[in-house]
Parts: sequence; structure tokens; C-alpha cells
Amino acid sequence: MTYITEHLGEIGSLTLQHLALVFSGLVLGLAVASLLAWLVTRVPRADTPVFAGAGIIYTIPSLALLAVAVRYLGLGFWPVVLILAAYAQFILVRGIVTALRGVPDAQLDAARGLGMSNVQEFWRVRLPLAAPVLIGGIRLATVALIAIATLGGYVGAGGLGSEIFLGLQRQYLAQTLAGSIPAAALAVIADAALRLAEGAMRRRVSGA
Amino acid sequence: MKAVRFESVVVRYPHADRNAVDGVSADVPAGSFTVLLGPSGCGKSTLLRTVNRLAVPQSGRVRVGDDDVAMQDAVALRRTIGYVIQAVGLFAHMTVAQNVAVVPSLLRWDRARIDARVDELLTLVGLEPSRYRDRRPRELSGGEQQRVGVARAIAAQPPVLLMDEPFGAVDAIVRRALQDEIRRIASALNTTILFVTHDVDEALRLADRIIVMREGRIEQYGSPEEILRTPTPYVKQIFAIDPDLRRYDALRGALGA
Repeated sequence: MTYITEHLGEIGSLTLQHLALVFSGLVLGLAVASLLAWLVTRVPRADTPVFAGAGIIYTIPSLALLAVAVRYLGLGFWPVVLILAAYAQFILVRGIVTALRGVPDAQLDAARGLGMSNVQEFWRVRLPLAAPVLIGGIRLATVALIAIATLGGYVGAGGLGSEIFLGLQRQYLAQTLAGSIPAAALAVIADAALRLAEGAMRRRVSGA
Repeated sequence: MKAVRFESVVVRYPHADRNAVDGVSADVPAGSFTVLLGPSGCGKSTLLRTVNRLAVPQSGRVRVGDDDVAMQDAVALRRTIGYVIQAVGLFAHMTVAQNVAVVPSLLRWDRARIDARVDELLTLVGLEPSRYRDRRPRELSGGEQQRVGVARAIAAQPPVLLMDEPFGAVDAIVRRALQDEIRRIASALNTTILFVTHDVDEALRLADRIIVMREGRIEQYGSPEEILRTPTPYVKQIFAIDPDLRRYDALRGALGA
């Protein structure tokens, strides 16, 4: 306990680093997943290879994937962001596709019949109605990425993983806990916050 | 208001074994309340959807006024044609006012004009604007939802209004009330109404003209009186009542029509 109280400032900055890793991984992951989801909804035969590919990545041990990423990108921030984005695909692509396909036909038929263009239909009707399911996918991905981002401690990307791995090396439990407790707390807080957002949006678009 | 003219319209869906609409020609006069009547699968909804190009004919032509709909931009065309569907399809994330304002916003009316129009329309469909404007669709009953659906469809004063079994999902009592309302609204509007139903009573209560459809073709087309006086054998059968004009007169009398 004294270790944690003595290193509060350090733990705080590691927490911020950790969040930066997760956030960047999530943004990159969402960008790629949106493209893949778009491909799946446009090209009917694309869904099997896309889902299979994302599933295969998900089954590779993250440490092994990180080793490959480091070989090409070097140590530091970016290889970790890259594998976070890659892992998130499995959850995000399926989440986005499910969310967009779940929008009731009646509302889409009305949108088209009233004279919305495809772009207007997407932004004004499909996306807002898909939002709760979409946020649900982002929530699952965020929690997973908070855990995986601890690997950043291995490759010089910082984050709470540095404390965990240093503590393990030095067989110093307090230091390991100083990394793992805040990481667990982050996951719990992110889950609760996104759950709230999801619930609020679901209430907004339910019924009718 | 504009006339609608179907010229040898044929629609076939992919993988279907027969044409959904199989060579329909008909003139729907401007300002009329024309009901497309027939059992499910007879092509009445598909024919309706050729007007706003949600269904595309393989051959033939659909005109609104003098213009071939196929020659127009589909999105621009749809903003000039009201559309009401059985499932209503109110946008769940928008308020009642935002739903009604959809087409005026697409047409970039200014804020003040939209607000005034929304209140006018809610009043027209029998919903007190101050009570309903800011509600969400899920807070409304089925009948109230469809009133909003109608207000949304006629917001930008379309010269043609398409209604696809609009009262099919509400109970019988509400349905009667909505039928009376739409008759009243129709006479207040300057619009041609094409109304799809499989309900004979509903057709008789509402129509100036009835198009009876059977397997993608027009079985009979005329005023309700003409159809009741000289029904084809098939029409007699689907009416499942003796074409009893006293009954019909009573119906119209009750409506004051």
C-alpha cells in the first residue's frame, strides 16, 4: 500500500498513457471496422472472409501478435496501437454490422419514401437508430482493449502494464498491484459509463 | 393535385414465377380518392410503389401529371409525393414535431415556416400541438402514431398522396375514427389520394373510385356505385356480400358524404 501512495503521481501518468493507448487503438480500430462493415453490407459475399479474418486475429495470442508488430514498427506506442486495433476488429465489425442491420425496415422504408438520399438516410435515420447497439460493441471492445493494452509495458509503450511487468520481474507484488488495480478499475469504470450511455440511447430509440 | 396515369405497367420481382404487376393501365383523375382493393399478393402495393419509384417497372410507364416518373430524380420525386405505410415508420429518435418536419427540412424551408406548418398539421390530424409536439413516437398510441404518419406525409403539400394499408395495424374502433378523419382531411387537401387496402368496407367508405386488382391485373375499375351495381363474378365473390346498395347508401349517409 505504501508503494502505491508513494508513487501516486507516476501511477497517474501511467494511467493517462494507458488511456492514450486504448483510445488510439479504439479510434484506429473503429475506422478500419467501419470500412470493413461497409464492405460487408455492400458486397454480400464479403462477410465470410471478413468475419473469419477478424476471428483468426482474435485467436492469436496477443503477445505473439505484438512481437510481430514490433518487428516491423519497432518498440513504443504504435505497435501496441496497431494490435489493439486489430483485436478490436472481431468485436467491432460484427457489432457495427449487427447494429446497422437491426434498424427496423419500416423506418428505412419511410426514410426512402419521404425522399431522403442514401447519405441522408444513413446519417439521419440509420445511424441514430443503430447507436445503442453500436455503443454496446464499443463498450465490449474498450474493456477488452484496456486489458490487452497492459502489454504496452513489455515494448516500451508505457501504460499500467509497465508497473505490472516490472513488479513481476522484481517479484515485487505491491508494484504489480499498482499496475493491475488501476487497470481493473479503468475497465470497470469504462464499462459502467458506456453502459449508461447505451441505456440512455436505447430509451431514446426504443418503441414506435 | 395531379393525375396519375399507369400505362401498361409490368413489375416482376427477382426470382418470382409471375409478374407482381402484369400490364396495368389506368387513369387516376386529379383530386380523386382512389382505392386499390384486392387480396394480399394481388399487386396493389407494388403498383402503388411504382408511383414514387420504390418499385421499378420492367416495362410501361407511370406518369404523375404529365411527367414520366422514370425521367425524374427519384429523391426529388419522392419529396413531392406523400407516403404513408401500415407500419407507420415514425423515426423513433425524433419528436413528433421533428417527424412531421422531415420533408420540409429536406426541402430547406426556414425554421419559422416549418414550426408554423407543424402546428397547422397536428391540428389538422386532431392532435393538440402543445400536447403532442415534443412527444416521442413510443409515447403515442397506434392511432396517434398513424395520425402523425399522415401529418408527416402531407407536410409539404404533395400533389399526390400514397397510403399503403395505413390503418391495417390499428383496432376496429380506432380504424373507423381514422377513416372518418382521412375523409375529412382529404376534402381539406388539394391532393390526389391513392389508397391501398384489402378491406372492402374501408374501400366503400373512402373511395371515389375503386380499382379492384387480381393477380397483378385490374379486375374492375369504377366508382363504388358502378362496382356494386355491375360487379364481375370475382368482385362479387370478394365482396362476399350481396352488392346491396342500401347498405352502401347507409354507410355513405352516416359519413355525410
